[in-house]
Amino acid sequence: MNTLLIPLADAEPGNQALTISLFTAVVAVTLYITWWASRQNKTTADYYAGGRSFSGAQNGLAVAGDYMSAASFLGISGQIALYGYDGFLYSIGFLVAWLVALLLVAELLRNSGRFTMADQLAFRMKQRPVRTAAASSTIVVSIFYLLAQMVGAGSLVGLLLGVTSEGLKAGVIVLVGALMIVYVTIGGMKGTTWVQIVKAVLLMTGTLLITFLVLLKFDFNLSKLLGAAADNSGKGEAFLQPGLLYGKDLIGQIDFLSLGLALVLGTAGLPHILIRFYTVPDSRSARRSVQWAIGLIGSFYLMTLALGFGAAALLDTGKDSAVAASKGNTASVLLAEMVGGGPGSVGGAILLALIAAVAFATILAVVAGLTLTSASSFAHDLYVNVIAKGKVTEKNEIRVARFAAIGIGAVAIGLAIPAQKLNIAFLVALAFAVAASANLPALLFNLFWKRFNTSGATWSIYGGLVSAVVLVIFSPVVSGSPTSMITGADFSWFPLSNPGIVSIPLGFLLGVIGTLVGKDRSSELRYNELSVRALTGAGAEGAGKH
Amino acid sequence: MEDDAVRERDARAYEVVHEAADFTELKRRYKNFVVPWTVTFMVWYLAYVACNNWARDFMSTQVFGHINVALIFGLLQFVSTFVIAFVYGRFANRKLDPLAAGLNAKYKRERRR
Repeated sequence: MNTLLIPLADAEPGNQALTISLFTAVVAVTLYITWWASRQNKTTADYYAGGRSFSGAQNGLAVAGDYMSAASFLGISGQIALYGYDGFLYSIGFLVAWLVALLLVAELLRNSGRFTMADQLAFRMKQRPVRTAAASSTIVVSIFYLLAQMVGAGSLVGLLLGVTSEGLKAGVIVLVGALMIVYVTIGGMKGTTWVQIVKAVLLMTGTLLITFLVLLKFDFNLSKLLGAAADNSGKGEAFLQPGLLYGKDLIGQIDFLSLGLALVLGTAGLPHILIRFYTVPDSRSARRSVQWAIGLIGSFYLMTLALGFGAAALLDTGKDSAVAASKGNTASVLLAEMVGGGPGSVGGAILLALIAAVAFATILAVVAGLTLTSASSFAHDLYVNVIAKGKVTEKNEIRVARFAAIGIGAVAIGLAIPAQKLNIAFLVALAFAVAASANLPALLFNLFWKRFNTSGATWSIYGGLVSAVVLVIFSPVVSGSPTSMITGADFSWFPLSNPGIVSIPLGFLLGVIGTLVGKDRSSELRYNELSVRALTGAGAEGAGKH
Repeated sequence: MEDDAVRERDARAYEVVHEAADFTELKRRYKNFVVPWTVTFMVWYLAYVACNNWARDFMSTQVFGHINVALIFGLLQFVSTFVIAFVYGRFANRKLDPLAAGLNAKYKRERRR
């Protein structure tokens, strides 16, 4: 990878050299962690769940590390820098969503599953159809999310290093993809979790430092910061009020409500978040990890307020500015340079390189978590339980999971390179919509409705998945508007960019209809067992040996 | 078929725990906490989303300096999330965990019979 990076350094010397050395340090540290973790991967519980030996606080950091993607680190503060108050709305949905996970999902899932989301459904349903459905939605959600992250990675690293060539951006995507494959195949869940923990600590520290420096400039007076942001934005008080980005007309308002629903209900159905709860020894630690995650993620989003409004107050965010050209993504990094002493200063160069490296670590950690999730689901659900019908040794299962990680990584790289020129930022919101429409109904019905059965589960999963994806394909996001993914054609008939308001109720409704149509009552036999296990942890998989 | 015998013994143990008065109480306490709180935070959150859409004049009211109702409402969503997470944790530690631990022990005893 050095041969790849050195030409970039030569192309624009100075700050780039420092940035690249910090990038290399991030890569070196994460590879060392991976190598260290690889020596402890012996059983499937080690590979998929890190031996279930992480503490609540450690897993809380890892959950936060998995959740705070580059999109939320650079994206949210960038949106605030450009659109003021409206840029802040995403983060509120993202945070409140954790209460659904805390109250309804995390502990019960920890007690009743083993390695994947499908485990919990397969507990009392027919193995093969339910696992196939759950694995499909797991892999689709994770690949959407992964693609958005990888395309983002290409352009972000390009921006951070000052590279514009398409070829070099593709090189960055290949490099990020190769690293994530190495983390996941060699390090398994233990390696990936430690990468997330390191990333979360770096991200929180970096953000805290910039927040402190911004607030210092405004005497720690929030009102003064907001006033300066409103003045410098050229939009006055409107910059601090709702309406600059969302809900310009009735369709826009319904669209915003739809987005809000998907954000608040999606988190508790995101497979890469769900499997994190298997890495702790019991439900009490699962609870503590969500509490830690809420504390960390909440403080982080509060700090993005200072970052975003700080950028709006201190940087040029006008139509032709660098911040606007990058759709806000460079706001945090340029703000770091500004509060470090401004362009050309030593302090500015150091802080810029530091925040760029934090963003890079963020990208690496999130893509690794997503790859692990899809590989686990492929190996554990599809290969072991559907194709081989359970007749697989642990050693072979781990081998399949490793090959699956390589395969999924290769597919993601292959899709991300041609997708570079497309506007695919909507994929993250779509992943949340699918998670809320397909996964959440099945998980909740399975836990709380005795009558729920196999056909109910498959109807709600496929129904939620297909309706969310189809509605987006026929929405202005894909065609028919100047900002669409495909600009040459118009086949849109669904007016909203966010399908949640239709697909989420549909997912729940199909779960009910499927159950009643299916008539099968065999899944009721083990309902009492599931509810005892979910609520008390009796017979749940413990740490270490099982 | 030793596996079947093990399954049957486990199933019996689960059934015994399921019929225990403590389990009914655990379920009741869990539901009585989770249902009202979930309704509360969802209504509170959706009210916030709706106000951003349909009550913009109210949201734009300045409270002091440049701080308006919209920002305070948003920050209160943070406060409520932190508070509910804390309250639930304390409730679960005090009211759910002891019952769950007792039932878990009961399950282990039943399996050994």
